[in-house]
Parts: sequence; C-alpha cells; structure tokens
Amino acid sequence: MVNRCYVPPDPAADLSDRLIMDYVEPGSRVLDLGCGDGRLLGRIRDELGCSVQGLELDHRRVVETISKGLPVIQADLDHGLAGIADASFDVAILSQTLQQVRQPRELLVQMLRVAGRAVVLVPNFAHWRVRLQILFSGRAPITQSLPYDWYNTPNIHFLSITDFRDLVEQLRLRVEAEVPIIHGHAVPNAWGANFRADSALFVLSKRALRHDGATDAASAD
Amino acid sequence: MSVTTAEPARATNLVTTRSIELFSGENQLLLDSGRHFGPVHVAYETYGTLSPSRDNAIFICHALTGDAHAAGFHDVTDRKPGWWDALIGPGRGLDTNRYFVICANVLGGCQGTTGPSSIDPETGRPYGLRFPFITVGDLVSVHSEFVRQLEIDQLLAVVGGSLGGMQVLEWAVRFPHQMRAAVCLASAANLSAQGIAFNAVGRRAISADPNFQNGDYYVHHEKTFGENGCIKHGEGGPRYGLALARMLAHITYLSEMSIEKKFGRRLQHSDQLAYDLQRETEFQIESYLHHQGSRFIERFDANSYLYLTRAMDYFDLAARYGSLELAFARAQARFLITSYNTDWLFPSTQSEELVTALLRASRDTTYLELESVYGHDSFLIEVDQLAELLVPFLEQTRQMVR
Repeated sequence: MVNRCYVPPDPAADLSDRLIMDYVEPGSRVLDLGCGDGRLLGRIRDELGCSVQGLELDHRRVVETISKGLPVIQADLDHGLAGIADASFDVAILSQTLQQVRQPRELLVQMLRVAGRAVVLVPNFAHWRVRLQILFSGRAPITQSLPYDWYNTPNIHFLSITDFRDLVEQLRLRVEAEVPIIHGHAVPNAWGANFRADSALFVLSKRALRHDGATDAASAD
Repeated sequence: MSVTTAEPARATNLVTTRSIELFSGENQLLLDSGRHFGPVHVAYETYGTLSPSRDNAIFICHALTGDAHAAGFHDVTDRKPGWWDALIGPGRGLDTNRYFVICANVLGGCQGTTGPSSIDPETGRPYGLRFPFITVGDLVSVHSEFVRQLEIDQLLAVVGGSLGGMQVLEWAVRFPHQMRAAVCLASAANLSAQGIAFNAVGRRAISADPNFQNGDYYVHHEKTFGENGCIKHGEGGPRYGLALARMLAHITYLSEMSIEKKFGRRLQHSDQLAYDLQRETEFQIESYLHHQGSRFIERFDANSYLYLTRAMDYFDLAARYGSLELAFARAQARFLITSYNTDWLFPSTQSEELVTALLRASRDTTYLELESVYGHDSFLIEVDQLAELLVPFLEQTRQMVR
C-alpha cells in the first residue's frame, strides 16, 4: 500500500483554509482533491453550508475524514478523475498537491472539466531561501515549508509561481485571482512574488465561449 | 469487542426470533419472474428500541447462508451468539442504545422465512423445486414490505455484506425513499463470471448427489419434520453434495494468506505423511474444510442453496436499469462502500465500479478499501475497523435526518 500523504502538516493551514474558503460560494458543491484528514472540507461544509466530497489516497486520512462525518473516496489522483461527471461540482480544490501528482497539467484540465472553478494552492520552489540554499550549499533545498530530503519527498515536480503562470497561459485558462502567500500572510498583487512568496493561491476557470461555440481553453492534449 | 463466555452477559442478551406473515390472501407478492406468490412468512429479530419518531431503525441484510439471528443469544446455554454479534449491541459499532437494529431471514432461505423447504399450503408438502424462481429484487421486495408492516417509513440505514450488499444496492435503487443511508460491504453490482463459476460447481455437486431426488428429498424422510412442521436440516437429502458445495464456497471466502497462516501444510493427526489414499483429512486444511462442510449441512437446506446462489448469479444492477449510473440516479441515500484488499471473490475493482457510478450520479459517497488477511469473510470478522467507519457515518446520517 502506497503511503503518500497529499497534505503535509502545515503551520499555515488555517491561513490557507481561510484563503481558499474566500473563493468558495456558500451552498455550492465542492470537491476537495487530496482532502487529507478532512479539516478544510469539514469547515467548508459547516461554515459555508456546502455539499462536499473528498478524495484522498492515504488510508488513515480517509478514516479521519470519515470520522468527521464527511463523504470521502479513497482514490489515487494519478489515476485521474475519469469517474467524475462533467460539471458535477462548482469548485474543485487542490491544496499543496499539484507538485505531487504525476500529470499536473492533465489534472488541472480534469479539474475544470468536473468543476466550474479550480482553486489551486501551489508551492513556490523559487522562493529566495530555496535559491540561496541551492546557490550556497549546492544541495537540494530543505526549508520549513518543504521539509523533505530529496529521496523521500512526495514532491515530484518543482515549480515556481512563474512556471505555474506559464502553464495556465498555455492551457488558456482564466485567472480569476492570484494571491501570493508571504511569511504566512496573503498579499494580493505583491511585488516580486516569485522571489518572496512561499506559495500562491490561484483561482482558475475556463475562458468564456467564443462565437463559434468552442471554448478558448485548450483540450487535454 | 467479543462477548465473554460469562453466562450473566448472555442472560441479559437473550433474543427471540419472531415471525410475521406477509402477502397473504389476495395481496400476493409479484415476483420479478412475473409470477405471483404468497403467503410469505418472514423470520426476524430486533435489537434495541425504536425511537418515538421511528427514525433510528437500521436493517441488516444477511449474506448467502446467514439468518435472522444476527446478535445476542437464543438461550443461556448457546455456545455462540448471532453471526454479527461483535458489531451489534450496546456500545458496539451498531449501538443498540442508539439504534433499533432489525435483521430478517431472506425469501427462499431456510431459517424461518418461507423457502423451498417450507410447506406449500396448497399441497401440504414442502415446495422443493416447485418453489418459484426468485431474484435479489424479490428478496428486497419482501423486506421492504416487512419494514412497512413495522410502520417504519424510512430506515436510517440498510447494511449488508456480499449477497447482503447486493440487497442493499437493489433496495437503495428500487425503494429509494425507504432509506437514508446504504452501507455495502465486500459486494458488487453483479457477480463476476468467476463467482458464477464457483456457484455452478456448488449447484452441480448438489444436483448430482443421488439423494437429491430432484429436490423432493424431504418427503422420503418424514422424521425430518421437526416441531411446528419446520424442516430439520441435515437428515436425509443431498448431504454429500451440499457439504461439497460448502467446502468449495468456503475456499472462496478465505484468502491465500489466511489459509497459509492458519494451516500452512501442517498435518492433522501426525507429523509424518501416511502414504495412504484412504486418509481424506491428512492435512489440516482438509480437515477444516470437511468440518465446515459437515457443520453446514446441519443448518442449511440444499434447495435454498440452489435458489439463493441462482438469485446471486442473476443479480445485475446495470443490466436491469440500463447502466449503473442510471440505477444510482434513482437512489437517494448516502452510500458507504467498503472492499477488502485480500477479497478475490468480490475484488476492490468491483467496489470501485460502484463508486465511479455513484459519483457520476452525484451521490454522497464514501469508499475505502480496508486491509485484512481474511479475504471475503473479512466483513464478518474485522468488526473493529468497520465500527470505526460506521459510527461516524451513521451519526452524520442521523444528524442529517433532523
């Protein structure tokens, strides 16, 4: 049994929870991909009155989510979201998980197939501390927000905020919001975010329909 | 979790199997085959107390050879409690301090509910193979009517494993308003070809037994009629065939790992091979299977085995409703699905198929593959890990009721 945790212990969890919840409409249908122990999903259900569904791979965390009375399915995001019908959710959340899946690009496309809006929290591997560590120590960086050795990290993709923006552009998605998180604070429109932010929250949706009826967003391939 | 052998615990935990008559007179049951049938006597037990608002009832669907006696003891001298006693009781996974738990024997069974060994009121003799063909849908129709007779509009949950899980799924789709939650353990939307294959061999073992007599084995053994005209199983009839069917089926309920762990290649009576073909039970596993077979024929009717395995073979939720997704689009319950990593009779892939369809039908769905060495039987044995899921799932369902 693979024992991969999608949500690492995160001291800024409460901040990111609240930040994500700012972009979830009360009463909407919410899918949390890699829902961990269900902490965020429970808050979304209880505080926003949403109908929620979690997906999580780790056995123990699925049990913890169930113990909160939340609907959760044990599933591997690397197997895709093929089981979920088009547009069956209003929001799909992916918090600190994109860097851990095999096909991040495909997952993003799938998220916007099953939900109208994707709320994605990504780490920034171009944070200045990371850059300095690589420059001066000549080793793969270990920081507070990335506390793993190179051989046991669940993070298999190393992206920066700029890299993620490129992918969003390539997929021709609409960025409804971009909120860098600097030192545990959400700083919208921060200068030098790719240098200063530990992570960033993106709210994405497909671009509007063109006159010919096709969408602007790129297809999965 | 298990009950200790102390007799006082039994004395406070005594239960009785009761019986109710349904579908009598003009009000006959319409079977899936199109035939009408009645009356049907249903044997059942209940545990706990029904709330004044009648909203705390949980129905247990038993598996192929189960019965209504799911918990407690019938008598202080009983050696064993009901088949799911470790899960059902005060403070247990299905907490009888909170919930009113009901279990009933299935149509076609042989533990009190009308089945092929029951007396046909028209002839005064056991039905035998004149008993009508029945489906999982028919089993559910009977239990659904039974719940209506109890004046329970909506069950909090219907819970079952294996064939019981099939009944849960069928019930959730056929009578969607009758339950808030559906709990389907180690089951599937249909029986795999492999499952049908094992059933086929089991049935052949019975029908090929010279004592099968085309299902009319009861009449030649008048002494098999016990008190109240009930059949006493295990005397006469296709004993060898039924035991053989059970031995084969029992293997499919275990896992390679559990057999290896429990028996290995160990010998039963000696530490040396006997070099004697007449010794049928040389290895411990052989002895165990023979024991299972001979115990089974004391409590089960061969005709019931034929009817119920066939009902299981026929079960196909997708075929009946167009697709699994269409089937679940009719359901209203929240679903809890579990599978077991060592279950090869109802593998996890079949549960995942359910989950995919449930998600596509936008149902509130919880799924987990549980880990156990016990194969298909895990759902009967590993009650603690089941309770860990059931307790919060049922509690949440209950809160949603209010």
